[in-house]
Amino acid sequence: MIQLRSLTKRYGSFTAVNGVDLDVPRGELFGFLGPNGAGKTTTLRMIAGILRPSSGTVSIAGFDLTSDPVAAKQRLGFIPDRPFIYEKLTGTEFLRFVAGLYGQSGAETERRGRELLALFDLEEWQDELVESYSHGMRQKLIISSAFVHKPEVMVVDEPMVGLDPKAARTLKDLFREYTRRGNTIMMSTHTLEVAQSMCDRIGIIQRGVIRACGTMDDLRASAEAGVSGLEEIFLRLTGEGLARELVEVLDA
Amino acid sequence: MRDALRVLLLPKLFTARARMRSKERGRGARTAVLAVIGGVFWMFAFGVLHRLLAYFRGVPEIGPLLAGKLLGLILIAFFSILLLSNIITALSSYFLARDLDLLASAPVDWLALYSAKLLETCVNSSWMVVLMAVPILTAYGTVYDGGGAFIGLAILTFLPFLIIPAALGSAATLVLVNAFPARRTRDILSIIAVIAAAGIVVLFRLVRPEKLARPEGFRSLVDFIAVLRTPTSPLLPSEWVGRSVMGWLTGSLDLLPIYLLWSTAAASVVLGALLHRWLYARGFTKAQESSQQWAREGWMGRAGRLVLSPLGSARRELVLKEVRIFFRDTTQWSQLILLAVLVVVYVFNIKFLPLTGEGITFFIVNLVPFLNLALAGFVLASVAARFIFPGVSLEGRTWWLLRASPLPIRELLWSKFWVGMVPLLVLALAIVGVTNSLLRVSTFMFVVSVFTITLMTFALAGLAIGFGTMFPRFETENAAQIPTSFGGLLYMMSAVGVIGAVIVLEARPVYSYLSAISFRGGEPPPTAELVLGFGLAAAVCLTATFWPIRIAVRRLEALER
Repeated sequence: MIQLRSLTKRYGSFTAVNGVDLDVPRGELFGFLGPNGAGKTTTLRMIAGILRPSSGTVSIAGFDLTSDPVAAKQRLGFIPDRPFIYEKLTGTEFLRFVAGLYGQSGAETERRGRELLALFDLEEWQDELVESYSHGMRQKLIISSAFVHKPEVMVVDEPMVGLDPKAARTLKDLFREYTRRGNTIMMSTHTLEVAQSMCDRIGIIQRGVIRACGTMDDLRASAEAGVSGLEEIFLRLTGEGLARELVEVLDA
Repeated sequence: MRDALRVLLLPKLFTARARMRSKERGRGARTAVLAVIGGVFWMFAFGVLHRLLAYFRGVPEIGPLLAGKLLGLILIAFFSILLLSNIITALSSYFLARDLDLLASAPVDWLALYSAKLLETCVNSSWMVVLMAVPILTAYGTVYDGGGAFIGLAILTFLPFLIIPAALGSAATLVLVNAFPARRTRDILSIIAVIAAAGIVVLFRLVRPEKLARPEGFRSLVDFIAVLRTPTSPLLPSEWVGRSVMGWLTGSLDLLPIYLLWSTAAASVVLGALLHRWLYARGFTKAQESSQQWAREGWMGRAGRLVLSPLGSARRELVLKEVRIFFRDTTQWSQLILLAVLVVVYVFNIKFLPLTGEGITFFIVNLVPFLNLALAGFVLASVAARFIFPGVSLEGRTWWLLRASPLPIRELLWSKFWVGMVPLLVLALAIVGVTNSLLRVSTFMFVVSVFTITLMTFALAGLAIGFGTMFPRFETENAAQIPTSFGGLLYMMSAVGVIGAVIVLEARPVYSYLSAISFRGGEPPPTAELVLGFGLAAAVCLTATFWPIRIAVRRLEALER
């Protein structure tokens, strides 16, 4: 459902994403990990059609994002890491607006919007302007809006940031049920427990290049012998020291 | 305390330095254009005032009084602007700025915070007044031979003149925020500011200052001089600056006004600091509260959706979104008050034009509405700069949503075009219709006016969308600041260019037609000339409508945020 071929993004002389090849099939929840500044958000924003690749291609549900952007985006939902939305619209109006962008309206869309707001406990706030929402409530509203047009593919950047435990649990259940029905999710996260427990496959990107990709067993095999948890695998593969300078920093 | 103040001010200085050193594309050209325009403005203001003051200087007895009165009027206008601007800026710098969370949680001395924010408020609110004051004071200094020391005196009197409104404005904001939540205070302040500005415009117009230029209207010369001698307001700092400056220039310097300026500035800062110590913590906590605002769809919303349903769901929701956001944002709709006042003043001026009596021919009566088109076009260009130009910039923070959706950029821009153009056209037709009726124009001129203003409105809206997209200000949250950018300036210049081109192209055929009617009785009107002139004018307007939007579509498609 998501197909990346030699995907590259350069900013001047700096290469943020360097020749990424990736296939995420239908019904899979794919975890996308990497240190800060590794190229995760840039990759996801290229898949969402927000950034243009310097070279390479993105294909969503068989539609090339460059040559047929409307058809590709019609099948896509995107949840960004920073919840910037229109401050002067209410929750209901925002959902109606997003549905409208995807050409959907009418009683069925309204019902679906109400159900999504109820799922994330936003019913009470649905007629209040977004400017009075907390960070977590905005995030929940954006998540609801990404599902309102029933996309086949969901691209998610750091979904758990700002969510309360109940909403985080709801979101995990929603993602599982969504992929069980044959839809696809590509999700970046720094919460390794979430990635380990939820994702069918995981890709680790560093300095714009995919360092490892596969199931937990595949990743264990890629890392050195004796590691079992995703945290250890991640640190080994990305070469990040943990306690290296800790004492030095605290003593400084 | 001095160290703390330095630490608080450094980030602002570094930001300003980084902005100056930025290697952004086209920055050099932009600075050059701004410098040229600023220079021309300065020269113009200096030239006009220099001429006027030189004339005043030649009038015995009354001359210096007139010059002093004029300076008093300018300074009182400056003081009002400074006070209002400081009240509004203080709200951002003391209560809504993004660095406040960090500063509030850091062990920063209250006096250092007060002083740093006072300086920031003062600089942000005063720079434009200072820029405007430079050519004015230079003209006074040159005409009255103030000498090199006049520069020192001007700085000595102007500094406290800037500090006093900053301290007073900050204190007023502090009290207001303690009474209302900060966001509600912002709404109240924007409405107060607009109503105050509107009030000043209306009062100024109703007083009809042109009467002051005719001393024969006064009962006697003694009355006239008495009016000139009376201080406008002896307790206002503007009066003290005026007395110091004119005292120096006429060789009778009085030190009392300078003493009053500095002692009042010092007292305002000290009292402001004490008030800050007493009320700031409480006000800052209150500023974190947001006013609850509900909005449930009523019959108007349902009717709007029904009426717009033929547009399809995407366009309909875009239009509804624009309308809702506009009317819920106080900083946006409150500008309509100012707009209404400007239109009323404009119509008022037309109404009082002396278009009857001796020497006023049929030709002149018809020429005025034609020139009226250029003025109306300029009013519409200003309105478009304020309401249509910022449209794309305001999408900056939500750009991810529009870009990730299947909505083509072309549709987004054309939706914005229609949302802005239709109300602008209604306004345009209303202005032209009312002024034409007041001027009692002929049917021919009426048709010409309606045809031209309709095409001009299309062009002005297209240019506003185009330039607003080519020179976006995505980081600016206040829509009112966006038109004051470099892009806004270029937009106004191109708008004036298009209006000028249309008027020039139509002038010849209109002249020929009116001549044929009024002077050569039975001669047939010059059809070919009419078709050519109006055809070219229409082509200019249509090009100015479509071309900028085409460029804007390409720019937005390539935009990465």
